[in-house]
Amino acid sequence: MLAAALVAALAWLAVGLAGLVPAGNAVLARRVLFPLGAAVGLALAALGAQAAWAPAETLVAPLGLPDLPFHLRLDPLAGFFLLLLGAVSAGVSTYCAGYFREETPLRLRLICLQYHVFLAAMAFVILADDAYLFMVAWETMALASYFLVTTDHQRPAIRNAGFLYLLVAHIGALAVLLCFGVMHAGGGDYTFDALREAQLSPFWASVAFLLAFFGFGAKAGLLPLHAWLPEAHPAAPSPVSALMSGVMIKTAIYGMVRVVYDLIGAVRWEWGLLVLVVGAATALFGILFALAQQDLKRLLAYSSVENIGIVLLGLGMSLVFFGFGQPEAGMLGLIASLYHAFNHAVFKSLLFLGAGSILHASGLRDLNAMGGLVRPMPAVAFYFLIGTLSISALPPLNGFVSEWLTFQTALQAPLIEHGVMRSLVPLFAATLALSAALTAMCFVKVYGVAFLGRPRTQQQAVHDASLAERLGLAWLSAGCVVLGLFPTALLLTLNRVGESLTGASLGAAALESSWFWLVPTEPARASYSPVIFLLVVLAVVLVTIRVVLLYHGRVRSADPWDCGFPEQGTRMQDTAEGFAQPIRQIFGPVYLLKRHLPGPDDSNPRYSVKVEDRHWYWLYLPLARLAGYLSAKVALLQRGRISTYLLYSFFTLIALLVFVR
Amino acid sequence: MNAGVALQVLQSILVVLIAPLVMGWVNVCRAWLQNRSAPSVWLPYYTLAKLFHKDAIIAHTASPLFRWMPYVLFGCMWLAAGIVPVLATDLPFAPAADIIALVGVFAMARVATALAAMDTGTAFGGLGARREMMVGFLAEPAMLMTLFTAAFISGSTQLATIVDTLAHREFAIYPSLAFAGVAFLMVLLAENARIPVDNPTTHLELTMIHEAMILEYSARHLALIEWAVAIKLVAYMTIGFALFLPWGIAPAGDWGALPLALAALAAKLALAGAGLAFLETLLAKMRIFLVAEFLSTAFMLAVLGMLIHFLVRA
Repeated sequence: MLAAALVAALAWLAVGLAGLVPAGNAVLARRVLFPLGAAVGLALAALGAQAAWAPAETLVAPLGLPDLPFHLRLDPLAGFFLLLLGAVSAGVSTYCAGYFREETPLRLRLICLQYHVFLAAMAFVILADDAYLFMVAWETMALASYFLVTTDHQRPAIRNAGFLYLLVAHIGALAVLLCFGVMHAGGGDYTFDALREAQLSPFWASVAFLLAFFGFGAKAGLLPLHAWLPEAHPAAPSPVSALMSGVMIKTAIYGMVRVVYDLIGAVRWEWGLLVLVVGAATALFGILFALAQQDLKRLLAYSSVENIGIVLLGLGMSLVFFGFGQPEAGMLGLIASLYHAFNHAVFKSLLFLGAGSILHASGLRDLNAMGGLVRPMPAVAFYFLIGTLSISALPPLNGFVSEWLTFQTALQAPLIEHGVMRSLVPLFAATLALSAALTAMCFVKVYGVAFLGRPRTQQQAVHDASLAERLGLAWLSAGCVVLGLFPTALLLTLNRVGESLTGASLGAAALESSWFWLVPTEPARASYSPVIFLLVVLAVVLVTIRVVLLYHGRVRSADPWDCGFPEQGTRMQDTAEGFAQPIRQIFGPVYLLKRHLPGPDDSNPRYSVKVEDRHWYWLYLPLARLAGYLSAKVALLQRGRISTYLLYSFFTLIALLVFVR
Repeated sequence: MNAGVALQVLQSILVVLIAPLVMGWVNVCRAWLQNRSAPSVWLPYYTLAKLFHKDAIIAHTASPLFRWMPYVLFGCMWLAAGIVPVLATDLPFAPAADIIALVGVFAMARVATALAAMDTGTAFGGLGARREMMVGFLAEPAMLMTLFTAAFISGSTQLATIVDTLAHREFAIYPSLAFAGVAFLMVLLAENARIPVDNPTTHLELTMIHEAMILEYSARHLALIEWAVAIKLVAYMTIGFALFLPWGIAPAGDWGALPLALAALAAKLALAGAGLAFLETLLAKMRIFLVAEFLSTAFMLAVLGMLIHFLVRA
C-alpha cells in the first residue's frame, strides 16, 4: 500500500511535468491533466482510508543523497491525512479543469506544474519517516505554494504578499528544524524511529514541544503568526487558496500531532494549557476580524485562522486529559480536533471555490459590490449555502459534528484531578460557543450580502459556473453532507488513528455505536443522530407543505413593502460593514479602526472605515525595523576591499584555533 | 417501544397545539396587569386561521429560500418540541439530539430567518437580521453555559437523564442552579424577542428586531412563523421546567403518572406565562447596545454558576 501511495505521489509529479511538454496543447492540459490529477487524488484517498485500518508499513526509497536515503512510512495517522489530501484535492482539481479557462498557455503550464508539485510535496510531508525527507518536502511545499501565490506577480501587492508568506514559512521551518535537532538529542540518526527512541528530559521535551508548536503554528496561522494568511490567500488563484486554506494548513496540524503524540510521546498537561490559550485567542481573533472584512477572500482567510483555533481547542483539551492520565477523554479531544480539521478542509475549500466562481463570473471580490447573485448563478448559490451552513456549525451538517465532539470533550472536565484546570476547560468551551455563534453571524453576512437581496452595482452579464467547476463544488458539498450525516465511520477511523499513536481508545459503548447514532462515551451521557434529526425536520416540512397547499396555495407577486417610502434604492440594503457594525461597537478595543466621517456641509459625502490588525504595529513592523537596523550594522563589515575580508578570515582562524586547541 | 413512540408523537402534537394558547394567555395576563380589557385567550388561533385563509404575497425580488424558510423554521421548532421532556422522560426520539444539539436547532432556525430577511433586499430586513444575529451570538454562549451547569450536575447532556437526576435528588437549594436559573431567564427573554430586549407588539420600524425580519411575510407563511415563535416560547419554558422545576414529569414507564404530569405542566405553564407578562409589564425595552451588557451579565452568571458547582460540588 505504501508503494502504491508512493507511486501516486510520483504520478502527481509526472502530471505536473507533462504539462510542460511544449507540444502539449494548453486546452488539453487543462481538460486532461487536472482531471488526471483529481483521479490520482481519489486513488490516494482510497489508499489512505485503507491504511488507516492497516498496520504501519515502512519503506526505504533509493532516493535522496548517497548514504542518506528517504525513509517512508504509512501508518493510520498518515493514512487519515492522505485521505484528507486526496479527497479534497480531487474536488479542487476537478474544479481547476473548468476554472483556468482564461489563462495564457504559458501561465497555464506553469500553474499546472506548480500545482501538482505542491500536491506531491504535501503527500511526501505526510509520508516522510525521517527529518531529512520531511524538511525537503516541507520546503518544496512552501516554495511551490509561494510560486502559486505570486501567479499574478506583475502586481506589487501580490509580490509583497508572497514575500511575507515566504518569510513566515521559513521562520517556521527553521523552528521545525531546530525541533528535530532537539529531539535527536545527540545520538543516532534522523529517522523518526530514532527520534521516537530518544529519551528526552522533561525540560528538553518541553523545548521540543515549544519549537514544534511555534514552527507548525507559523504554517497553520496561529496568533500572532497569522498575518500571512489574509495577505497570501486572496492573492493566490481561488483553487490554490482552497488548497492552501483547506489542506496545506492541515499539514501543520499533522506535524503537531506527529511530533507531540508520536515522536515526543510523553505528553504534559501544561502544554495543553498553552495550546488551549493560544487556540482560544486565535479562534476569537480570527472570527472577529473575519466579520470586519468586506473582501470575500480575505474574510475566508481570517475564518481559516478561526478554524485552526478551534482545531487547537480540541487538541489542547486532548493534551490536558492525556497529561492528567485520562486517555479516554484525551482520545475524544484528539478525535474532535482531527474531525474538525477534515471538516474545515472540506467546507473551506468549497467556500473558496465558490468565491472563485463569483470572481470569474462577475469580476467581484468586494462584498459591497455584490448582491442578488442567487438569480444569475443558482448552482453556485446552492453549493455555497451548504458551505455556509456547514461552517456555521448548524446541524445536521458536518461543522456541527466536530464542535459537538469538542463540547463533549469539555464536558469530561470533572475527570481532571486539578481544581483550576477542571474549571478552566469548560471556559474554553465557552469561547468555542462564542466563536461558533460569531461564525454564524459572519456567514449570514457573507451569504446575505453576496447572494441575496438585489444587485448593489451594475453588473455585466453574470453567468453560472461551468460544468467542471460545478462538479468540483458538488463533490465538496457532498462531503459536507456525508460527514455531517454519517459521522460514525470517520469517528471509528479516527479512534483507530489515535489508538495507533497513544494506545488509548474510546469506551466500548462508543465503538459499538451504529452508523447513524453517534455516542462519544455512553448512551446515557450523550448521543446525537443527525439522520433522525434530518428526517424529522424533513417530514414535518413536507407534511406541512402538503397540508397547507391542500387548503389553498394561492400566491401573488408584488413589490417588496416600502414602508411608505417609495424611493427604496438598492444601495439602501445592508452592506458588509453595516452588518458587522454591532461587532465593531461591542468589540471595539480589538480593532484598530480608521474611520472617515463626512462633515455636515460636505457636498460629496463619503463614509469609509478601515479595520487594521494591531499586530502589525506592535510586532511585525518593529521586528522589520529591527531586522533593517541589524542588517545596516552588519553591512558595516562589508568594505568592498579584499584585504579587509582576508583580515576577517585571519581573525576567524585565530579564534577557531583558540576554541579548538 | 411502541407506547414510547405514541407518547412521543402525542407530546409533540400537544406542545404544537397548545403553543398559541400559551401566547394568548401571556397576552391576557399582560392586558390585566396593564389595566386594559383583555382579548380572548383564543385570539392567536383566530389570527392563525385568518392568516391561513389569505392569499400569500411574495416580493418579486425574493428567491426560493424566502418561501422555504417558514417551513424550515416550523420543522425545527417541532423537532425542538419533540426533544424536550414535557410530560415524560421516556421519549424514543430524544436521544437523537441532546441539549447541545437543541441549541444547534435554535441556531439553525435563527440563521434561516436571518437569511430570509435579507432575501428581498429591503433596508429593514438587513437591519433586523443584523440585530437578531447580534442577540444570537450573545445569547448562545450564555445558554450553553447554563446547560453545561446542569450537565455537570447530572453527568449527562441528555435532557431525559438530566430531568431524572434533578427530580430525584433531595430537596435543597443548589447555588449553582440558582445562578444558572437567573441566566436562563435572561436568555429566554432575549431569544424569544420579549421585553426588555425586543418588543413583540411593536411595529415602530427602528426598534424592531424580530418583527423587522418578518416584515415581508404574509398569509400562510406568516402564520407558520407566528406559530413557530409560539412553539419556541413553549419549548424554552419547558426546557426551563426540565432544568429548574423538574418535579411532576413522569419517569420512564410510569403511565399512571401521566395525568399528574399533565396537570403539573398546565400549572407550570400558567404560572410561567403570568410571570412573563409580569416581567414585561415591569421592565422597559432597552437600547440595542445595552443588550450586549444584559446578555454578557447572563453569560457571567452562568459561568459563575458552573464555577460554584466545581467549588462546592453542588
